[in-house]
Amino acid sequence: MNLLGRLLALWAIWRRVLRGDPQPLAEDPDPRERELPESERAELLAAIGLLASAGLAIAFIVLYVVYPNTPLLGATAGLSLVSLAFALMFASVRVVPQVTEVEERSLLDHGEQEHREIADEVRAGGEGISRRGLLVGAGAVCGGCVGAAALVPVASLGPRIGGRLASSPWRAGRLLVDEDDRPITADRLAVGGLVTAFPQGADKSDLGASVVVVRVDPGDLRPSPRRRGWSPRGYVAYSKICTHAGCAVSEFRSPESPTTTASGPALVCPCHYSTFDVTRGAKVVFGPAGRPLPQLPLRIDARGRLRAAGGLSDKPGPAWWGEGGPRA
Amino acid sequence: MRRRLATRALAALGVLCLALGTVAMTVARPDASHAQPPADPRHGRDLFVGGCSSCHGLDARGIPHRGPNLRGVGALSADFYLRTGRMPLAHPDDEPIRAHSVYSAADQADMVAYIGGFGGPAIPSVNAAAGNVAEGKQLFTDNCAGCHQVVGQGGIVTPNAIAPSLENEVQPVDVAEAVRIGPYVMPVFSDRQLTRSQVDDLARYVQHIQDLPNDGGWGIGNIGPIPEGLVLWGLGIGVLVLVARIVGERTTS
Repeated sequence: MNLLGRLLALWAIWRRVLRGDPQPLAEDPDPRERELPESERAELLAAIGLLASAGLAIAFIVLYVVYPNTPLLGATAGLSLVSLAFALMFASVRVVPQVTEVEERSLLDHGEQEHREIADEVRAGGEGISRRGLLVGAGAVCGGCVGAAALVPVASLGPRIGGRLASSPWRAGRLLVDEDDRPITADRLAVGGLVTAFPQGADKSDLGASVVVVRVDPGDLRPSPRRRGWSPRGYVAYSKICTHAGCAVSEFRSPESPTTTASGPALVCPCHYSTFDVTRGAKVVFGPAGRPLPQLPLRIDARGRLRAAGGLSDKPGPAWWGEGGPRA
Repeated sequence: MRRRLATRALAALGVLCLALGTVAMTVARPDASHAQPPADPRHGRDLFVGGCSSCHGLDARGIPHRGPNLRGVGALSADFYLRTGRMPLAHPDDEPIRAHSVYSAADQADMVAYIGGFGGPAIPSVNAAAGNVAEGKQLFTDNCAGCHQVVGQGGIVTPNAIAPSLENEVQPVDVAEAVRIGPYVMPVFSDRQLTRSQVDDLARYVQHIQDLPNDGGWGIGNIGPIPEGLVLWGLGIGVLVLVARIVGERTTS
């Protein structure tokens, strides 16, 4: 408490030293004798700020449609709002007249005369602004563009997204390659190993492209009858995108010794620790994920390379409306 | 005068000989273990029976639900678990973690010789100095960082395991052994997946993170962008408050 008091005292002293004594209001003869600021340049600058904001908002829209690169989108949207903010701050300080008005209290009943005076006064409030048209125009352009930029992403929503969610580049016969596009051969992994794989020739950033391939002891596998034969020589592949929030499932707990570790081989998502039992079709054994990872049926071709034996068993990707729960 | 000169010359020669001798000894014996007497597997067996057989069995074939069969795991695995102090475990359900070994280096070598005598992979040779730290970081990010974090901070693997921190005491040979064994719940990396030169790169990178320079002055735990972002938000909010204070100042004219 004592410390707080001292700090407040210091603050008061600092203010006094820096600003001097507050000027008594009486020294101001009549606050209504306003001095209008040199506003033409200020108005131009404010208009430039508004137009820059508009230009950046247009750049955002164009980028969103043509080249949706997240850092660029963020930079244009952010700079647009920043220049809008500066234009508004600048206008509020430099363009709008800064005066102290003193309203004298009088009778509540105003006569006709007084009404007219007040109306004049209100009208006179804008008399310092000479390029009203320019500012209003710039403001309208800016508002329109920023509003449009805010609305454009709405075009990405809608019912037509459904088909895209279910699609994945995996087809029967597609070769599995690693991130350097080398085919994955059946002698690549030891039991207990993992590798991330992609369909040959596909876009690796596609949500449905990446799968994680693990190799387990074939004797440990407990597939459902429908999935028998999907995991030759203990090779099992699942979508690498967690069905909870879409993180990359990058941890593979592979017990070295089954005799001492109670739980078996499992894929673990590092974001929220959803844990998927790889021996039982990626059944969720822990964590918030609502459904198993989609499985990719595998086969080994004559040259010993891993190939897809079909598409993914389910929609890849995170949970969303109607897609979060377990499926048959 | 002449005598003093001769004395000095002799002394200098002596120092030179000593230096050359040290260099020669170092070159001739790159590994300190070569200096030890050859390992004695019989003594190793005695130690094994005393310290390990309650879980791994008297014949090292393992006991169901207590400890795995050690025949065929090779000197590689025995060396890793004994030298890093992960074995012996107090309780078979515990996770083996790095500790000071209860056995002397000579006893460890004897036990490694005993287990290695059943066959299996030998202790790998690794040359971290030949590794490329940039390649190593790429490999570490791709293969190890999922659990160990990108600077080896370590992490959690559900339901009950930890990926150990690699920031302290980790030798290059530990890395070379661990990738082949996959200790506890770690995945196994075959030599087709990580070649020997890639293991050199990895070992070089892990050596690099043992003493990581914090050029920014504050590593914030080295656990990545989330704490860094939190700090930035903290600073950023301070700046915003300051800006708001200045903007909101009443101008008296």
